[in-house]
Amino acid sequence: MTMTELLLLFISSIFVHNILLSRFLGCCPFMGVSSKLKTAQGMGAAVVFVIVLASLMTWLTYNYLLVPLHLEYLYTLSFILVIAALVQFVELALKKLNPVLYKSLGIFLPLITTNCAVLGVAVLNMNEGYGLAAALVNALGSSLGFLLAISLMAGIRERIEDNEGIPVSLKGLPMALITAGLMSIAFMGFTGIIK
Amino acid sequence: MSKKGFGIITNGILSENPTFVQCIGLCPTLAVTTSVANGVGMGLAATFVLIASNAVISLLRKMVPDEVRIPIFIVVIAGFVTVIEFLMKGFAPELNKSLGIFIPLIVVNCIILARAEAFASKNGVIASALDGVGMGLGFTIALTFLGSIREIFGAGTWLGMPVVSFEPAMLIVLAPGGFIILGCCMGAFRAIQARAKGLGAAPAEAATGCGCCAMAKFCQKNKDDCEEAK
Repeated sequence: MTMTELLLLFISSIFVHNILLSRFLGCCPFMGVSSKLKTAQGMGAAVVFVIVLASLMTWLTYNYLLVPLHLEYLYTLSFILVIAALVQFVELALKKLNPVLYKSLGIFLPLITTNCAVLGVAVLNMNEGYGLAAALVNALGSSLGFLLAISLMAGIRERIEDNEGIPVSLKGLPMALITAGLMSIAFMGFTGIIK
Repeated sequence: MSKKGFGIITNGILSENPTFVQCIGLCPTLAVTTSVANGVGMGLAATFVLIASNAVISLLRKMVPDEVRIPIFIVVIAGFVTVIEFLMKGFAPELNKSLGIFIPLIVVNCIILARAEAFASKNGVIASALDGVGMGLGFTIALTFLGSIREIFGAGTWLGMPVVSFEPAMLIVLAPGGFIILGCCMGAFRAIQARAKGLGAAPAEAATGCGCCAMAKFCQKNKDDCEEAK
């Protein structure tokens, strides 16, 4: 892939194919951890970190282990194991090396193993047949898209939380889902950027 | 016993419906309900994995050391997901294509791990399999319901048959429609629940998907939230 194509892929994975608002990956944390801006940003940053690392590791696993051994069909099993092991390892390493960062990011790490965004990006990279550079660019773009969407969402939810006008039965999650729908409409406006 | 077994099944369909009450497994719910056929297909695939993994995990529950149970559960689930992927590729290639990456992503569907952790690791094989049936049916019914609404109002068809005379709104089939329709259905479900309990009763406590997550016990964030709430 040329430089231009990589740049286009980067932009499209942030805005046009936003991982949360158009691909529907990682909705659980998007709804569960988005009621406060600060925690949402912590979660987003942890996801960026893990998705980029996990995409690197799963790309290597697929292309240097599964393909030579003709075991491509075991990708689901091996990807989830690689991701789980990686998350454990990152948690341990962060605890020892950088306790400050661990305090702000580490608490989200156990959650991320079962976050479908991580496995989803790894499977997408494989399905699209991306090379290493493209896979990493796609991972970085998708995860920055996650950070962007979850931060915007938390900002909005902080403002609408105490609104008396919302019917009781819509308070909380249903309102958050409708807000996400409106955000998704706004993000559809980016579709025209890339042909 | 048979009455109890029936109770386990209806529990998953109504009082602990994974989609409308527990609010977990949102990603596939939003992504595949663009049509009835997709919703039913995804629901049945998840049901198969739920029943099989619940039964196997329940068999293994006394052998598995507590510290490593989550990785072992995930491996069991991933094994069955690979099986269903093969089956779908062979027998329903069209459906497999339209569900796309959401078939391998059944592995990380919180419903399955949550049931393994909350039910199968504590109960017998038959009860666990029944719990899988109930939860799976609850999930399938929710997906079929959402798929019907989105297909009728977004494409004007039901299972491919044309049913309405007005101009359908494309937006409902697209991504934003998924969020908005699910939000409205969840709100309606809560309103009906509150009405059933008698007028004036407080509506069900707003659940956050995160609190029902399978990892909630291990999650520092969840603990912090609970302490804050106290």
